[in-house]
Amino acid sequence: MLRTQKLGEADRIVTLLTRHRGRLRAVAKGVRRTSSRFGGRLEPFMHVDLQIAEGRSLDVITQVETLSPFGATIGSDYRVYTAGTSMLETAERLVGEEGEPAVQQYLLLVGALRSLSTARHDPSLILDSFLLRSLSVAGYAPSFDACARCGAEGPHRSFNPASGGMLCTACRLPGSANPAPDTVALMSGLLTGDWANAEASDARARREASGLVAAYLQWHLERGLRSLVFVDR
Amino acid sequence: MYEGIVQDLIDELGRLPGVGPKSAQRIAFYILDADPGDVRRLAEVLTVVKEKVRFCITCGNVAESEQCRICADPRRDLSMLCVVEESKDVVAVERTREFRGRYHVLGGAISPIEGIGPDELRVKELMQRLADDTVTEVILATDPNLEGEATATYLTRLLRPLGLRVTRLASGLPVGGDLEYADEVTLGRAFEGRRSIDD
Ligand SMILES: [Zn+2]
Ligand SMILES: [Zn+2]
Repeated sequence: MLRTQKLGEADRIVTLLTRHRGRLRAVAKGVRRTSSRFGGRLEPFMHVDLQIAEGRSLDVITQVETLSPFGATIGSDYRVYTAGTSMLETAERLVGEEGEPAVQQYLLLVGALRSLSTARHDPSLILDSFLLRSLSVAGYAPSFDACARCGAEGPHRSFNPASGGMLCTACRLPGSANPAPDTVALMSGLLTGDWANAEASDARARREASGLVAAYLQWHLERGLRSLVFVDR
Repeated sequence: MYEGIVQDLIDELGRLPGVGPKSAQRIAFYILDADPGDVRRLAEVLTVVKEKVRFCITCGNVAESEQCRICADPRRDLSMLCVVEESKDVVAVERTREFRGRYHVLGGAISPIEGIGPDELRVKELMQRLADDTVTEVILATDPNLEGEATATYLTRLLRPLGLRVTRLASGLPVGGDLEYADEVTLGRAFEGRRSIDD
């Protein structure tokens, strides 16, 4: 479940990311009444098994079963909640509506939500790792070692979101950032899933990495992500 | 598409919350068929409500003067403050007759995906109201859904250092719903059984 919007008296339109049909929207009838048989199962973050009937304009949800109640744990910690919300919005933006199966994005999101709800790592690190990987799946993989323009072997000094990652001295563009080497190592670790090194990083590297990951994400989405400024780092 | 003014009416109605294009069309044709007197009264009420009703300077509830009726009532218990999302939640809690304190209306819930953070709500005003020691208990009565829960979580973190008793409505309110739909008995019980938030 990615997003819910009120509809009419007591209904909601819910946006969901599905394994086989990409992103889709459906109506949950009567879900805002406290007597609804859906209960809290159609809240954002919930991982559910759904049955949907084709409706006239929008599909209608007829049955829901909970697979993992991520919403309950995520909502009770504000840092986790704000990090998680940005993951939902990113998934919504990077997966096309009613399109191709989105198995990779789907599995990535479920994995990240599980990791958030079990507090396996720092929520901010989980978010940045998710953002980098989700962008990679969508075809915007950043390069943290080889130069993103000429391919020369790294390590390099400059980072440029518009060029796709690190740049060598010859390709360096004005306006590039010069992140500390351990910041680059952290981002690279978050992309590949090297959690041992990511957890060992210091606060300064994390802060710098978050800023660069956000810049990279905002560059590759047509409109910026709304929820990112609210993330409680 | 209809001609000029009829389509304008449908468009305007369609901008109301919860009114889709089909309902907008239905309401428009109801108005076209209705007695002219009825329609005039509706138009007048709409104009007057916009002129007269404002938001209480103390709590943010709808009010017909500077302060709402509840804030102006000297019999209300000043030591208890109930925080709700919307004015309609004040009505829902009042129906239970369980609560004799005052309210604070946030104006919504924290929803980063809709661009709503703490600064977009009346959180600063809440902190200002708590600056002296009049209030000793804050009851967080945000909706029993994810955004209401997250808002309560945020407020708890903010309020705890003030040394107040911070409580949340008891479970028993079904998760996922809107507070305004809870019946008086259930909501009343949730008030009675409210629990302190300790950790
Ligand atoms: Zn190069
Ligand atoms: Zn008031």
